[in-house]
Amino acid sequence: MGYPQGFRFTKEHEWVAVDGKTAKIGISDFAQNQLGDIVFVELPPVGAELTAGAAFGTVESVKAVSEVFAPISGRVTAINEALAKSPELLNQDPHGAAWLIQAEVSDPAQASKLMDTAAYEKFVSEQEASH
Amino acid sequence: MTTPAPAPIRRTALNAAHRRLGGKMVEFGGWDMPVEYSGIIPEHKAVRLRAGLFDVSHMGELSVQGPEALALVQHVTSNDASKLNLDQAQYSGLMTAQGTFVDDLLVHKFTDRQFWLVVNASNCDKDFEYICQQNRFDAQVVNVSDGYTQLAIQGPRAVAILQPLTSIALSPIKYYWFTTGKVLGVDCIISRTGYTGEDGFELYFDPEHSEKVWDGLLEAGRGEGLIPCGLGARNTLRMEAGMALYGHEIDDTTTPIEAGLAWITKLGKPEFLGKRAIEEQSARGLQRQLVGFEMIEAGIGRDGYPVLHGGKRVGQVTSGGPAPFLGKNLGMAYVPVALAQPGTEIEIQIRARTAKARIVPLPFYKRTK
Repeated sequence: MGYPQGFRFTKEHEWVAVDGKTAKIGISDFAQNQLGDIVFVELPPVGAELTAGAAFGTVESVKAVSEVFAPISGRVTAINEALAKSPELLNQDPHGAAWLIQAEVSDPAQASKLMDTAAYEKFVSEQEASH
Repeated sequence: MTTPAPAPIRRTALNAAHRRLGGKMVEFGGWDMPVEYSGIIPEHKAVRLRAGLFDVSHMGELSVQGPEALALVQHVTSNDASKLNLDQAQYSGLMTAQGTFVDDLLVHKFTDRQFWLVVNASNCDKDFEYICQQNRFDAQVVNVSDGYTQLAIQGPRAVAILQPLTSIALSPIKYYWFTTGKVLGVDCIISRTGYTGEDGFELYFDPEHSEKVWDGLLEAGRGEGLIPCGLGARNTLRMEAGMALYGHEIDDTTTPIEAGLAWITKLGKPEFLGKRAIEEQSARGLQRQLVGFEMIEAGIGRDGYPVLHGGKRVGQVTSGGPAPFLGKNLGMAYVPVALAQPGTEIEIQIRARTAKARIVPLPFYKRTK
């Protein structure tokens, strides 16, 4: 799968797509593939504060629990309700329909410190080579 | 994701085949093994509904042989191996003098003078040394693990898939019996055993023929829905079937009585290691007991999570997670005997919160014969 242009990525395999003061946040295709069949997603309530680098939720596969870290600071304005009923969406469309949360960001420029698509693709290929 | 690789990691003869099939490889018990190919959920369901093929060559095989082979087996194990017929197998415990588990294992009787102990990969060397230490009999213990590939074909279609590949009539082989014969032209021990809660067979044969048999089985079974399965599905299948895993439900701190394994503990035997300790525990009464639980509230109770009752910690989850066929979040845990009744509500501590669960009878799943 190709990684979408315009997204920014963390080393922990989250993505953020910033549009003005609004950001959508999710996990990458690499992350869902590492986890395997995803069966449970736990997200913060609307209104919760996000701190860049701090855990804000968990994604669980059959075998593993993985914390999800905020790529950017802000406040949660929406969570993806579809994931409560259909967590497997995260395996199918991690960069699209299976976004995790939407946030109002305090400093959109924070995202520019993260990897862009080309840098992340390189990062992931290095991770895969070490496996 | 930057855990340092532990010293030499072992590979089964099928390592390259697993990689070709896209198996996701992980370290397990010192071995580089496939955890999944197409996904734990589809693999789990394939075994319940059709069939799955597992490479379980990491399992160890110890041969106990000689005039007093039976006496040695009887001394170190909890079940009664004197009841075995030729070509019959039994589930048993390798016991400490304290009546706890060194390992759990299958005992196969080949002749009056030769038994096989099939043991867990990560315990194989420890078991071998332990049995040698306990050997004051006219018997010899040989670790023959490197001489065998072990495959498990499991699921309701296992007989139909395997039968055309062997001249041995499979239907007459009863559960926990075995025979020897050729499969795909390769000499095999064909044992009607497994660790999934389904019907099926375990095949043991010369590793030289590993790919021939593995590929041949997958090819022959394709039409019946046979798929390769990894250790991930092996674990969810055994958990759903309420079977113990060493290091989880049982270890050298747990007795078979606590673990619900009184049925492999034959106190009528004249002697075995740990017999007295187990008799004393039975007479005193149990403090804790292994139970099954089902999550009531959203959340997944997993291995090691605390079990609470009335806000107080009363035990710990031994294995827990989604049960893909039953579609529930299930687990096993040790709890005080007073809380072990089915229907009792407990809470599982899941990170910073708790979620309600209910004690339910084991096994969670039992196949209809």
